[in-house]
Amino acid sequence: MALQIAFVIFSLIALIGAFLVVTTRRLFHSALALVLSFVGVAGLYILLEAEFLAALQILIYVGAIAILIIFAVIVTRHLMDPKARAFNEQWWRAALVAAGLFLILVFTIAKVPWPVSEAPLPTNVIFSMGSSFVGTYLVPFEVISVLLMVALVGAIIIARER
Amino acid sequence: MDLESIFPRLQEIIAQWLSSFLPGWLAELLVILMVVLAIVLMMVVVVMVLTLLERKILGRLQDRIGPNRVGPYGVIQPVADTLKLLFKEDIVPEKADKLLHLLAPIIIVVPALMVWAVMPFGKKLVAADLNIAVLYVIALGSVTSIAILMAGWGSGNKYSLLGGFRAVAQLFSYEVPMGLAVLSVVMAAGSMSLQSIVKAQSPLPFAFVQPIAFLIYFICGVAEVNRSPFDLPEAESEIIAGYHIEYTGVKFAMFFLAEYINTFAVSAMVVTLFLGGWKGPILPSYVWFFIKVAIVVYVFFWLRASFPRLRIDQLLNFAWKFLVPLGMVNLLVTGIVVKLNVPVWLTVPAYWAGNFVIGVIALYLLTRFTPKKTPVSLR
Repeated sequence: MALQIAFVIFSLIALIGAFLVVTTRRLFHSALALVLSFVGVAGLYILLEAEFLAALQILIYVGAIAILIIFAVIVTRHLMDPKARAFNEQWWRAALVAAGLFLILVFTIAKVPWPVSEAPLPTNVIFSMGSSFVGTYLVPFEVISVLLMVALVGAIIIARER
Repeated sequence: MDLESIFPRLQEIIAQWLSSFLPGWLAELLVILMVVLAIVLMMVVVVMVLTLLERKILGRLQDRIGPNRVGPYGVIQPVADTLKLLFKEDIVPEKADKLLHLLAPIIIVVPALMVWAVMPFGKKLVAADLNIAVLYVIALGSVTSIAILMAGWGSGNKYSLLGGFRAVAQLFSYEVPMGLAVLSVVMAAGSMSLQSIVKAQSPLPFAFVQPIAFLIYFICGVAEVNRSPFDLPEAESEIIAGYHIEYTGVKFAMFFLAEYINTFAVSAMVVTLFLGGWKGPILPSYVWFFIKVAIVVYVFFWLRASFPRLRIDQLLNFAWKFLVPLGMVNLLVTGIVVKLNVPVWLTVPAYWAGNFVIGVIALYLLTRFTPKKTPVSLR
C-alpha cells in the first residue's frame, strides 16, 4: 500500500516535471522542470531497490547534464527572452515523431506479457555490475569510452577555434 | 549502562512506548520522523555553535577579541544573530524571478541535511547504513549547484549571476578530483558504505595510508563549501556577496545555514573517510567523532585566516591540471596495490612507497611548470 502511494507520488513528480518542461515559456524554467522530472525518476529507481542507479541518476542527470543545459541556455543569446517563440516551423514533424514513439511504446507495453521472474533479487548488485563492465561487456564499455574521448577532443577543438 | 548504546536504546524505548497505543505503521513512521528531527535540530545547534566559534577563532587569529558583548564571552551571540535574522524585512527585488528567488534558499538546505542520513556518528549511530553511501554523498553535493544557479539567476542581479556561475564552475571542477580521491579510499576499503569504510581503517586511518588522496580530498572539500581561499563565489571585494546578494532575513539565514552545515558535513566526511571516523580509545565513539570533526573544522577556520583568495583561472587550472591528474595516478597506484595481492603487513608500506613516489614527482612538476609571471589577461 505504502509502496503504491510512493509510486504514485514519484510518478506524478516525474510527469508534472516533464509536462512543465514542454509548456513553460522560459527556457531556464524548463531546464529546472527537467531536474524535477529527473528527481522523480530517481525516486522510482529507489522504489525498485536500485539505489545505485538512483544515486547515479542524481549525480549525472541532475548534477551534470541539467547544469550543462542551464549553462547552454544562459550563455546562448536571446534564448532567455520570455517573448521568444517557443515553437519553430518544424513543430509538426516533432509532434509526428513523438506521437509515433508514443504509439509504439503503448503497443509494446500492451503486447508484452511481462512475466514475473522467479529468481531471487541479486544481493550485491554493484559488485556484479562492476565485474560485468570489465568482463562480459568489456568491448561495448571500451567503445563508449573511446566515443566519449572523441567527443571531448572534438569539443575542445571546436572551442579553441577563433 | 553501556554508553555506546544509549541512543539506540533510547530509540527502542520510545518505539515500544509509541507502539503500545498507536498502530504499528504510525509508530514506525513517528520513530523515523523523530530520528530525522533529531538530526535536523542537532545541525541547527551545530551551526549556531560554529558561527560563534568561527568569529571567536578568526578574532583570536587576527589578534582581536571577537564577539564579547552578548552574554559571558559572547556565548549568546548566535541567539542574538538568529533573532536579528528572523525579524529582518523580507525584500524581493523588482527584477527577480519570484518563484526561483523563493525556492532557491529552500532547496539549498535539503541536500545539506540529507547528507547526515548516512553519516556514521558512532559505532551504533547511523540513521541509514546505505551500501552506496559514498556515491549518495557525492550525488547530493552536485545538487547544491542547482540551488545556487537558481539563486544566482533568480535574483535578477548581475553580481549574483556571476557568483552563481563561479560557484558552479568551482563545484563542477572540484567534484572530479574529489571523486577520484574518494574512489581510491573505496578501493582500499572494498566498500562504499561509510560504516564499513570506518571499520576498514585499522590499524592505521586512511590519512596515513593514503596521504595524497587525503590531501586532495581536503583541498576539494574546502573548495566544495566555498570557503576561503576558495571563496570566489561570494568574494565580497569583487562581486559583493555572490549568489545570495539579494537575500535578506530568513532566506539569507537559510543560505547561511546550508553553508555551515556543508562545512560541518565536509569535515565529517574527511573524518569518516580518512581519520578513522568514530574510532578512538576510552571515550564513547560519538564523542570521538565530534572531537575529530571539531579539529578538522578548526583547520578550515585557520585556513580562512591564513590564505588570500585565489583568482578564478588559478582555481580552475589547479583543479584540472594538477589535482585531476594527481588523483588519477593515485587511483592507478591504489588499483595496482589492491590487485597485487601483497601480504597484509606489506599493503601499508606499498601504499606509502606509491604515495611517496607520486608526491615527489607531483611536487617536482608543480615547481617546474608553475608560471612565474601572472598573466596580463585572464582569457
